[in-house]
Amino acid sequence: MSTTTTTPAVRVERASSPVESFLARHAAMIPSFAAVVILVLLLAGAEAFLRGDFITARNMSALLLDNAYLLILAVGMTFVILTAGIDLSVGSVMAFTGILGAQLLVSGIPVWIAVPAMLAGGAAIGLLIGVLVQYFNVQPFIASLAGLFLARGLAFVVSLSSIRVEEPGVLWLQQTRFRLGDWYLTPTGIIALLTVAVAVFVLHLTRFGRTIYAIGGNEQSARLMGLNVARTKVAAYVISGFCGGLAGLALTAYSGAGYPRNGIGTELDAIAAVVIGGTLLTGGRGYVLGSLIGVLVFGTIKTIISFMGAEQAWMQIIVGALLLLFIVVQRVIVARSERRR
Amino acid sequence: MTADTDVPPIVDVPLTPDVPPIVEMRGITIRFPGVLALDHVDFVLRPGEVHSLMGENGAGKSTLIKALTGVYQVDSGSITVAGSPRTFTSTADAQAAGISTVYQEVNLCTNLTVGENVMLGHEPRRGGAIDWRATHAEAARHLQSLRLSIDPRSLLSTHSIAVQQLVAISRAMVTEAKVLILDEPTSSLDRDEVDQLFAVIRELRAAGVAILFVSHFLDQVYEISDRITVLRNGSLVGEHPIAELPRDALVTKMIGRALDDLDALSRTAHRTVDRSGEPLLRAEGVGKRGVLEPADLEIYPGEVVGLAGLLGSGRTELVRLLCGADRADAGQVAVHGTPVKMTSPRHAIDHRIAFSSEDRRGEGVVADLTVAENIVLGIQARRGWARPIRKSEQDAIVAEYVEALGVRPANPDAVVGNLSGGNQQKVLLARWLATSPELIILDEPTRGIDVGAKADIQRKVAELSAQGLAVIFISSELEEVLRLAQRIAVLRDRRKIGEVDSSETDLDGLIDYLANEGKGSAA
Repeated sequence: MSTTTTTPAVRVERASSPVESFLARHAAMIPSFAAVVILVLLLAGAEAFLRGDFITARNMSALLLDNAYLLILAVGMTFVILTAGIDLSVGSVMAFTGILGAQLLVSGIPVWIAVPAMLAGGAAIGLLIGVLVQYFNVQPFIASLAGLFLARGLAFVVSLSSIRVEEPGVLWLQQTRFRLGDWYLTPTGIIALLTVAVAVFVLHLTRFGRTIYAIGGNEQSARLMGLNVARTKVAAYVISGFCGGLAGLALTAYSGAGYPRNGIGTELDAIAAVVIGGTLLTGGRGYVLGSLIGVLVFGTIKTIISFMGAEQAWMQIIVGALLLLFIVVQRVIVARSERRR
Repeated sequence: MTADTDVPPIVDVPLTPDVPPIVEMRGITIRFPGVLALDHVDFVLRPGEVHSLMGENGAGKSTLIKALTGVYQVDSGSITVAGSPRTFTSTADAQAAGISTVYQEVNLCTNLTVGENVMLGHEPRRGGAIDWRATHAEAARHLQSLRLSIDPRSLLSTHSIAVQQLVAISRAMVTEAKVLILDEPTSSLDRDEVDQLFAVIRELRAAGVAILFVSHFLDQVYEISDRITVLRNGSLVGEHPIAELPRDALVTKMIGRALDDLDALSRTAHRTVDRSGEPLLRAEGVGKRGVLEPADLEIYPGEVVGLAGLLGSGRTELVRLLCGADRADAGQVAVHGTPVKMTSPRHAIDHRIAFSSEDRRGEGVVADLTVAENIVLGIQARRGWARPIRKSEQDAIVAEYVEALGVRPANPDAVVGNLSGGNQQKVLLARWLATSPELIILDEPTRGIDVGAKADIQRKVAELSAQGLAVIFISSELEEVLRLAQRIAVLRDRRKIGEVDSSETDLDGLIDYLANEGKGSAA
């Protein structure tokens, strides 16, 4: 029988090499770094090809403006994917909230009621999906697919055709240019960047955000650690739905109208941007800033294609190839970290 | 916490029955579909004691712990913590009441840092935002109090299971736990790590924490515990101070019968096997590049051949090649002297060879089906799906094997997922035996199961081989291999290094052979 208490007082874990220990600590960032590299390569390549006509203040400013709605969707999607879920409804939610807002404004409802109604509508659909996933054990894929059909149907219930928006408050979001030299920012762009900033804060500096990561890492563990898994998971879908509503607002401002056929397939663009930005579909690893990069990569490819006057089909082929590449990179990383264990 | 490091030896620890208990569970009853998991069980835990909860698999230890931690709701009975009655509906509830649990499978998030895992949900905040510097500093302090000096900013996945286990305990201490539940905390630790863990446990005990300890290792239980509560088949057998309960008495209480059976077994197993005829199975040069060097193996009817070797020595790989679960790229397998193609488990079944995988849950039982359905599955697969088995025939077969193997509960309609590991193993064995094989390959059939179920399975293997069944038996426990097998094939480093006759060797001899045979001469 051992009565000694002189066990080794210190347990030192040796890192084999500085490079390896850096990789061990920051393996999750590698895909996001890779996204940055690809963005830089794309920009540099386009710049060289177009002989200095690509990286201009005008183009770069337009990049954010044109993709503000997608960025907002990608932020919400990042929350959901970090919990190892998926939200297929956001494209339809964006269309539904957009047409809902346009209809309300046309009917003379003041903007300070119409806009909150759009956001609440998006959040409500997110809540429905979250409750289905959490309390009725429905696969996120199926639950959000139901949300997709529901929101699309609701959009057509509101109106079968496009509704123009004349409300100055909404148009202001799009038409205002805060200028700095040739650079400019629109309020929609600011909203998108603010969304990113708030998301970074929430995910990295609040207990709620860390619980999101914990759930994605190991949901069972998170529950046994006494974290509020149910509330957090539902909240992730509510956030995604809310971002869908916000994107609906941005898109309505951008296009000057609500249209029930908007955003068909946009949920897939958002997922692609998140994945390209380095967030693992298995959850628990990834960054909102990565999703920002992912959206910029996505937008840059789109811009390059239209500059070159090539078929839009090439856009999808390139994005598909990039996705494939990133999924492979992610698999390698996951496999490595599992082997280490 | 500033625990006194000069901990008195265990025998001097006063047991103070007059200290009011911190946890008092009375008349706890929990039912699962088809199973009465706990039947009016009482359990009392006092501050400053290490209390071991003992019982076979399926005795209800895990269920009792889960009732205390709010994972399961009790059907009847009361739980009193620090004098006030409680109903926990989640682990968060239990933690708030000062009850923390460290599970066998480390329940932390490997994608996060060590410090975060320790502090998650309790991070210090400043102005609404998590103060990461303070979080990591506090985590480091908690880790330090367990003599664990690792970088709190490193990812948890970069540390060994043992360190993760200690991190989990650090986490439990963050919540100022008054009750610490350690469920099989030592199953993946080596001796030094166990000593380190025990030093920590003693410090916590000295600081007045009540510790509920569950382990399969009797030595460890006797080393660390002050008191033992024994459960059997969901019922309370008794609560005893450690000094008043010798080991054999404990084991008898746990399994409800004496251990003499196993000794009798060891004598019957060492009979001689008739090796004059054609071997049932002969493998020549069976191997696979990068998996196993070509190996020969023969097995005769009525023989038990043990495979001994360390984990990763090629034991499992060899039998998987023999029965076609993996495809060999060299060698020849003959059954009854006829060369056969063995490239899928289907072929093995056709030649009446049954393979029971070491991965009980992944490749064995179907957790969502009942005991009866699991057992019938094997016969059905052998017959082909087009020829259904009559219900009455099914019932007869199932009843026979449930009885013969002592599956508990003896209820064919119980869902297998609710059974303990030992009973799942019995169901798996029953499934293969029901196909009336001539050779059965058992890969680690007794791993992680308790003494009683182990004895049942060993007894059954000895009995069947005496009746003419050939058995290949793999186990990490060399004593078990020695007891059951007449002949032992020894593997090391993905190579079969030889065979020994178990009547001509003992444990020390086998270990020596395993470690040293063929070294130097082979190179």
